[in-house]
Amino acid sequence: MTSSEPSVGRPIRNAEAVRLSEIPILTTDHWRQEILRATRYSAGKKEWRICALFALPKGGAFRLITVLANNREQSLTVFATDVRDRYPALTPDVPEAHLFEREIAEQFPIKPEGHPWLKPVRNASSTEYFKIEGDEIHEVGVGPVHAGIIEPGHFRFLCNGEDVFHLEIALGYQHRGIERALQGGPNKRTLSYMETLAGDTTIGHTLAYSLAVEGLSRLDVSPRAELIRGIALELERLANHTGDLGALAGDVGYLPTASFCGRLRGDFLNLSAQICGSRLGRGWLRPGGVLFDLPKDQTEGFLSKLKATFRDVKEAAQLLWHRPSVMARFENIGAISQQVCQELGIVGPAARACGLRNDIRHDFPSGIYRNARIHIPTRHSGDVFARAYIRWLEIQESTRFIEAALRSAVEAPISKPTTQAPLQSNSIVVSLVEGWRGEICHVALTDHLGAFARYKVIDASFHNWTGLALALRDQQISDFPLCNKSFNLSYCGYDL
Amino acid sequence: MNWDSLANVAFALGCAPFLMGVINRTKAIFAGRQGQPLLQTYYEIWRLLHKGAVYSKTTSWFFRAGPLAGLAITVLVLFLIPFGRVPAVVSFQGDFIFIVYLLGLMRMMTVLAALDTGSSFEGMGASRELQFSAIAEVALVFALSTLAWKAGTLSISEIFTKVTPDLWRTEGGILSLLGVAILLVFLAENARVPIDDPNTHLELTMIHEVMVLDHSGPDFAMILYSSALKLWILGTFLLEVLLPFQVGNFWLDHASFIFAMFALAVLVGIIESSMARLRLIFVPRFLMGAVIFALLAFLLGLR
Repeated sequence: MTSSEPSVGRPIRNAEAVRLSEIPILTTDHWRQEILRATRYSAGKKEWRICALFALPKGGAFRLITVLANNREQSLTVFATDVRDRYPALTPDVPEAHLFEREIAEQFPIKPEGHPWLKPVRNASSTEYFKIEGDEIHEVGVGPVHAGIIEPGHFRFLCNGEDVFHLEIALGYQHRGIERALQGGPNKRTLSYMETLAGDTTIGHTLAYSLAVEGLSRLDVSPRAELIRGIALELERLANHTGDLGALAGDVGYLPTASFCGRLRGDFLNLSAQICGSRLGRGWLRPGGVLFDLPKDQTEGFLSKLKATFRDVKEAAQLLWHRPSVMARFENIGAISQQVCQELGIVGPAARACGLRNDIRHDFPSGIYRNARIHIPTRHSGDVFARAYIRWLEIQESTRFIEAALRSAVEAPISKPTTQAPLQSNSIVVSLVEGWRGEICHVALTDHLGAFARYKVIDASFHNWTGLALALRDQQISDFPLCNKSFNLSYCGYDL
Repeated sequence: MNWDSLANVAFALGCAPFLMGVINRTKAIFAGRQGQPLLQTYYEIWRLLHKGAVYSKTTSWFFRAGPLAGLAITVLVLFLIPFGRVPAVVSFQGDFIFIVYLLGLMRMMTVLAALDTGSSFEGMGASRELQFSAIAEVALVFALSTLAWKAGTLSISEIFTKVTPDLWRTEGGILSLLGVAILLVFLAENARVPIDDPNTHLELTMIHEVMVLDHSGPDFAMILYSSALKLWILGTFLLEVLLPFQVGNFWLDHASFIFAMFALAVLVGIIESSMARLRLIFVPRFLMGAVIFALLAFLLGLR
């Protein structure tokens, strides 16, 4: 118990279903005071952060469901307030709420009063941009169509020559209406939505969904299936981190690592394919377990491939760290301070690069992570180098983790999930997964029939895009691609 | 009319794109890849020549004139430079300054055509190109002037015939400093790593490539071809200084010079495979390095 803990919230565990009636409903003033008190940044410390904040239509009014997390204390809490069409905005006092409140204002006729700018989050037709007046200021607009094979997003730089004053990021070009489509589920489409929510995070989002459904239907997962899920999640991390190291090298024009890592990412993806038949892990995870196991007689071959790939990644990564011309590009570029990182609620490797030891696998463990503890590396410089090096440290840890998990595993059936069990009605579940990009938060609320009344998805990118914008301040515009790659955020995971 | 000189111009026109192939193959080998065909640049030019060009409504005739003028000027420069020990087709006193100005004119055409689009990317590229070339030009002029002074003539064909093993024995320090200066200018002017990255697709980091983003079809073919020729021209300057050796047999000398040209392309490939690009704000310092090497050579000559 700390002094800042919202004493009023309903403490919950990761993926634990609770009745909606158990969520305390506060008056709006009280609710606001509690959030302010809990998320206050003082003396370099910030105890709580906002995991989720969204509106739920309730008759003519709206209920603002709030999920706060404290990674250090390993506690999660839920509470809510009812509002009609307006309420005093949190953003002026709690910067990390800014995007959540913009989203609320976009989705429902609610006005968070005092919010500095209620610009739509995903309505890409909005053409209003932040402006700086001055003869020497010029704007550079990039995208939404880019020169490479990447997702669409519009970046608008306010520059003085090569120096960037401000970067504004406008997304929403891939908005597919996933949250609305999930309402009334789960049905046959739900899993496909989850697996393609962010294509490079198939495992992360499918796992978060599976945990949510298992919480709501009180399904048990066999230890073997939990092990396989852990391997799936770490393989996804390995593939993407390796790809990122290569892409970072490519962005500074360093050929060898760029080429090697491009190939090695494929080797990790092939390991996923070896087990489930899909390089991205589609059709692997299901609520209740997994559909594919790693047969006992293939374990040795799998491990030796993993180790061989890791050896090659190690060589490619060492080339980067030992090349002065590369380090000159990585160090002191695009740094964000730990304070900014905390006040914006940055998650994942980007937060760990600022010295925050936040990791769902350690703080809110589920499945195999409850027993097999994972080491959480941190760096402190918060720059491109730190974000790159964190990836390398995590590659080492994930490899070690898979190896240790497979070595200690006992042979057991994976208990293939059969039919869908009914979901508990009028309940809420919060499931958290540490995807390779950072925290994935799914919040599912069921109606009186046990169908999804609201299914909220918060990808790590939702928290982190603003971090990229701030990392670019007072930087060179030519360093933007490098900074962008060091965050490597998802467009579709944000656009939903 | 010197037929050998004319043959050299024809040879350069035919073989310059092959240099690009050699660079790309070297990079591919370093990256453990098979790489594109050695003749890829020829295929590219051929393909582009058969395509239509797209012109933005905001551009004027200048945008269309830019690539053509650029190519014309580059070909003109080919007539003015020697190759190995064979003098240029046209040479006169002070022609090395004329060449530097022609290269400057070519740059001006590219920059104006880029500015003509009104795109913020192209404006950024133009500003970078001009900022960097202002320094690179100083280094090149300084280097060539020092050579001219030591050779006692103002014609580039004669200057380079005076660079002999004997001169290397007496003025080796000066010549090696000049060689370094010209190498740095060679990398910068041809948009190679560590100044620029010809392979990047990132508009915001480009220098030369970003200025030609809006050109397409035959216009872009001309741009590709003139940049290959420019690589050949500046490569010639570098080799004339570094390789004064000759055995006396015309064909043997000629063959060894051509061989050296491709060895230079391999060197560029090795440089590109072994280091990252500089941060853009450090490029002027890099080029100031070239100026300082040229200046040091000049001061050494004062002894």
